[in-house]
Amino acid sequence: MKPLTLIVSGIVLAAGIVGVATGGVDSQVFGTWVAALLTLAIFSFLYKDNPVYKMAEHIFIGVSAGYVVALEYWNVFIPNLWNPLVSGGNYILLVPFALGLLLFTRFSPRASWLSRWAIAAMVGSYAGFAVIGALQGDLIAQVRASMIPIYSGEAVASMSLAENTNEYIFAFLGVVQNPLTIIGLLTTLIYFFFSREHRGSLGVASRVGIWFLMISFGASFGYTVMSRVSLLIGRLHFLLSDWLGVIQ
Amino acid sequence: MSEAGDRNGIIQKLSQVDRRLIYLVVLVCAVVPLVIGARVTLSVSPPVRGLFDAVEELPPGSYVYLAADYDPGSLPELYPMNIAFVEHLFSKDIKIIAASLWAPGPPLSQRVFDDIAPRYGKVYGRDYVNLGFKEGREAVMVSVAEDLRRTFPEDYLGTPYGEIPMLEGIDNLTDVSLIVNVSAGYPGIKEWVQQIATRFDVPIGGGVTAVSGPEMYPYIQSGQLVGLLAGMKGAGEYEQLLGKPGLGLAGMAAQSSVHVAVIVFIVLANVFYFIERRKKL
Repeated sequence: MKPLTLIVSGIVLAAGIVGVATGGVDSQVFGTWVAALLTLAIFSFLYKDNPVYKMAEHIFIGVSAGYVVALEYWNVFIPNLWNPLVSGGNYILLVPFALGLLLFTRFSPRASWLSRWAIAAMVGSYAGFAVIGALQGDLIAQVRASMIPIYSGEAVASMSLAENTNEYIFAFLGVVQNPLTIIGLLTTLIYFFFSREHRGSLGVASRVGIWFLMISFGASFGYTVMSRVSLLIGRLHFLLSDWLGVIQ
Repeated sequence: MSEAGDRNGIIQKLSQVDRRLIYLVVLVCAVVPLVIGARVTLSVSPPVRGLFDAVEELPPGSYVYLAADYDPGSLPELYPMNIAFVEHLFSKDIKIIAASLWAPGPPLSQRVFDDIAPRYGKVYGRDYVNLGFKEGREAVMVSVAEDLRRTFPEDYLGTPYGEIPMLEGIDNLTDVSLIVNVSAGYPGIKEWVQQIATRFDVPIGGGVTAVSGPEMYPYIQSGQLVGLLAGMKGAGEYEQLLGKPGLGLAGMAAQSSVHVAVIVFIVLANVFYFIERRKKL
């Protein structure tokens, strides 16, 4: 079954490529058909695992790997290293070039230790960026944003200015936002405070913290479902419009 | 068989329903609204309104840096946002500098420009430019903020920076009025906030996939983001504000009907779980 599937799909693909090359088949139409059939091949996994799905999976991995190599070569290696080095005479770039070459020593067990120099340079520079970003963008800014008044007169005033139910709901959420943020922050921090046993008032606060965590996990899961459904809708929209022309 | 026995039998069958039947229901719920062209009216959330208002307040002739940090894997959620942003910016006569930290990003930006620019009479190099992709993640963000010309010596099409008319006098990100980021993950809007928002004081807004939405909302509350669109719903809300229904709104009816199906399945699963648990006690 598997070799037969590969042979048939190979013949169809080759015929299509020849058709496009000779001008007999419109490349746009051919591309749409390939994309549609591969989409259906991947969807076939929902019924059960099968050779058609496996073939589509292998094509995806192979094409992705090839695409990334070509993309990185033309978008990174040539403009960032080769052209400045060869045409621009920017010889300082020999240092990152040498470090890049050292990464290939990982293929040899005896010389693989050399790759650590390149990895150390990468880890060091990115750790520097990450630490600065986390401190400036997250820690300080978020702590500052947590220091808010429990009661916001502005938010209460906006409730009386609401013109419809929708605006009223958002205004109400604005009123309860600050108290909820403060309670949620404190109780969640208490939940992660392990220096004392969670009993008595500490236990109650810790349990409230769990509720806040559970609600945030639920919201995240809901957003994840929405995201995955969007991907399904995107593919179905492609099949129904670009391929079948059922919808505009 | 008794009535209770019949009921137990039905519950037993329903609790062990073939998962493919669930897939089929989800498929039908998604396809039918698309085919019949069902539309829903969305309530616009404050984060979406915030970004829309930020663009509205920009005077004509301002510059916006549009960072298209996504790839075809998140096309259904982010491409409608990219279209809506470009439509809005062009309609306000705002100049767009597009670039990407994701290698597959520039062709997607270019596709949006090619589709929309002719409708607004916009010309490449005069009203918009696509600077292409640059590897380097956070390092590129900081480099762009300090020196745009050094970071992108030429554009996506190979034109030298100095020969692009609209970039005359634009040296770094402090010369742009707003950064709009379409973000599918890392590097994306979180890193733009961390590296640029605080250090360079340039307002940032954008759109993310729904799955990363909850992680980004704290940046709205802290004022580090002027606005945020999360997933297809965010794109739909923006299209609604813009008055130009597109792929975001078109998909939201299907999205809603699938959500109803998922909710029903979750409720049923819990009902069956509690019934079975009670029988075991």
